Amino acid sequence: MKALAARRHHRLAPVVLLLLALLVTGGVYAALAPSTASAETASTADIETGKKLFQANCATCHGPSAEGRDGVPSLIGVGAAAVDFQVSTGRMPMQMNGPQAEAKPPQMDEEQTAALAAYISSLGAGPSIPTDAQVDPAEGDIANGMALFRTNCAMCHNAVGAGGALSEGKFAPALWETTPRNIYQAMSTGPQSMPVFNDANITPEEKQDIIAFLVDQREGSAGGNALGGLGPVSEGLWGWVVGLGLLIGAAVWIGAKSS
Amino acid sequence: MSTTASTKHTEAPAQPTTGAGKAADYLDQRTSIGVAVKEFARKVFPDHWSFMLGEIALFSFVVLLISGIFLTMFFQPSMALVEYHGEHPANMHGQLMSVAFASTLEMSFEVRGGLLMRQIHHWSALIFMAAIVVHMMRVFFTGAFRKPRELNWLVGCTLMILGLAAGFSGYSLPDDVLSGNGLRITDGVIKSIPVIGSFMSYMVFGGEFPGEHIVPRLFTIHILVVPGLLLALIALHLFLMVLHKHTQYPGGGRTNQNVVGYPLFPVYITKMTGNFFIVFGVLALMGATMAINNVWNYGPFDPSPVSAGAQPDWYMLFLEGALRLMPGQGTEWVILGYTLSLNVLIPAVVIPGILFTFLFVYPFVEAKVSGDQREHHVLDRPRNVPTRTALGVTFLTAFIILALAGSNDLIATHFDLSINTITWVFRILLFVGPVFAFWVTKRVCLGLQRKDRELVLHGHETGRIVRFANGEYIEVHRPLDEQERWLRVNYDAPVPLRLEPKTDARGVKRKGYAADRRWHRVSRFFFEDRVEPVTPAELAAAHSHGEHDALGAAEHPALEAGVGAGTAQEH
Repeated sequence: MKALAARRHHRLAPVVLLLLALLVTGGVYAALAPSTASAETASTADIETGKKLFQANCATCHGPSAEGRDGVPSLIGVGAAAVDFQVSTGRMPMQMNGPQAEAKPPQMDEEQTAALAAYISSLGAGPSIPTDAQVDPAEGDIANGMALFRTNCAMCHNAVGAGGALSEGKFAPALWETTPRNIYQAMSTGPQSMPVFNDANITPEEKQDIIAFLVDQREGSAGGNALGGLGPVSEGLWGWVVGLGLLIGAAVWIGAKSS
Repeated sequence: MSTTASTKHTEAPAQPTTGAGKAADYLDQRTSIGVAVKEFARKVFPDHWSFMLGEIALFSFVVLLISGIFLTMFFQPSMALVEYHGEHPANMHGQLMSVAFASTLEMSFEVRGGLLMRQIHHWSALIFMAAIVVHMMRVFFTGAFRKPRELNWLVGCTLMILGLAAGFSGYSLPDDVLSGNGLRITDGVIKSIPVIGSFMSYMVFGGEFPGEHIVPRLFTIHILVVPGLLLALIALHLFLMVLHKHTQYPGGGRTNQNVVGYPLFPVYITKMTGNFFIVFGVLALMGATMAINNVWNYGPFDPSPVSAGAQPDWYMLFLEGALRLMPGQGTEWVILGYTLSLNVLIPAVVIPGILFTFLFVYPFVEAKVSGDQREHHVLDRPRNVPTRTALGVTFLTAFIILALAGSNDLIATHFDLSINTITWVFRILLFVGPVFAFWVTKRVCLGLQRKDRELVLHGHETGRIVRFANGEYIEVHRPLDEQERWLRVNYDAPVPLRLEPKTDARGVKRKGYAADRRWHRVSRFFFEDRVEPVTPAELAAAHSHGEHDALGAAEHPALEAGVGAGTAQEH
């Protein structure tokens, strides 16, 4: 201690103290800050398999080391969640060029998807795949989910998640069939035209609320057949076809009876 | 009546014996209702299914009244804020909303049969408007609006507009996001009216949109003003219908002086009652099985959110479409500090203005350009008035294109198309489509008329080929029977108005020549292309010189015997 005390008036002491303070602050932040980086422990073998799969199926467009090129995004730092979303919904590998990559039966099985995700997340940290507990609709607050959904999502996805049109042939898909995990991933990674709703915008609990609301919509309407949940246009169409169709049919029948 | 009844009583006491008879006699002695019953019971109505379209509208209005009375028992037209604590629906727990919205949820989820009644009411409204439109189409295309029924046509047009007002005001009552979006558009439309728009908007909403007054105001309009007017005008509509007698389709024995059909009692009373129950049944079935306007999907009104697929009910869809098609940029000007917002004014005010003006003035324009002052009780076949039919189809085409344009986002998602492309296609179609539809319809009508002429003059083709002794082949034609011929020759083909010369006999310029010339042009547009009905002389001529054409088939022993064709004429 004597040595310290003797040197505390050294002209370099403030600099050393500043550096120490920065180190401590940085260290504490790194230890306490919520980590979005992939926390999953991916084995080296997974990463190797993923790399091979990537080079065989994805490198044509995304480049040999996933750096992307004109019109094709770089995959460095997109995270495991993005890979899992795109590959498990069949959007990637892309079938053909079009306004947007459309969902289709997935081309990779679960293991391959996991390997790809491990490889991509090894290139740079990004949103990780949510746990089952994070996306459990039973734990969410439906009413809060509705409020969040109609403020953030309904303008593209329709009030009950029946989907809607975007410009130039792009569209926000219907969410009737989307798995809770994919809904969560879409929010945290913002695929295609969708904006990213990171954990600061919509917290993981709120994401769960939205999932709870969307899953609740699948129960159907208290009023009967929801007619696609598309609103007044489909109601009008069904009114004309079923309602007026039946009534005119009946009128023809009544009119034909006596004459 | 009471005196006759009493004299009868003293002279020949033909007392009613049954319970119903006694009740009727009791009523008749006090009200003379027998006169009205006698008159009405034997009133003859013509028979055709298309005459029941108006009935569908009437009966759905009755269903609207019945279900609407039920709904008023539970609806609270207030925009005060409350927190919702009902058990259902799950997505509304603890949400802040207006009392109007909360009472809509309560009537849907707490009141027994409330949701069913709400849905029946809404479906009835859609069917009411649809039946009105179809009924108007029937009246328009068959020329049932001609003298003496022009005024009733005007009453009908007003009923249609009142129906729109009823639908619109009711749609906005639950104070949900979707109808709130509609109200916001209405606010924009009101504000687009030059100079007075902003003031009118403040007047309507009692301040800046949305304010706290619009729901109670719409409620008064929806349950008092509009239904009152509707009831009064429906009564007038039906009274005029009875007064004028119902029109009938053309056919043998049907003239402007008679009505061929069945009496009201018992035939039409039965049919109407049956039809009422069918209409009520279908509407109840729809209300029970098909969800409509589930407001909790959209949530309580908040000016910020708009969801994809936000559209009005179908009868307002053409306005939505017009707004969607109208280019926004470069159509808004500021003149002397006043904003002229053509991007709203044209689609939301001018376009419906054109449609409604056409509907209101058409009967008078047609009467003017045909110079026809006679009464008409026999309907036209649409083909026999090609220009009218074509004009009707033109406006329908425009209406349908606009309604489709109002659904452009759903067309885009359901048919995998680009919404930008769809919008441009509809923009072009809105101008090209109606013109094309006019041309095609008119040609089809003229073609059908020529076919009728051909048929009357030459008869049906039988497919029987006969060879004569001299080697000549003919196909035997079977002449039309009287009914078939009557239908095809009994119509008017008015000629364009004659234009009086510019100057009178003394070379002085005639007053009103310019107006005459304009009407003459319109008249030519209507009647220049026409196919005259076959005259008796033409028919006789065709029979006498068109040797092979009018050959009788089996009834001609001469033909069977292979005798020369010239003898086989006697029709």
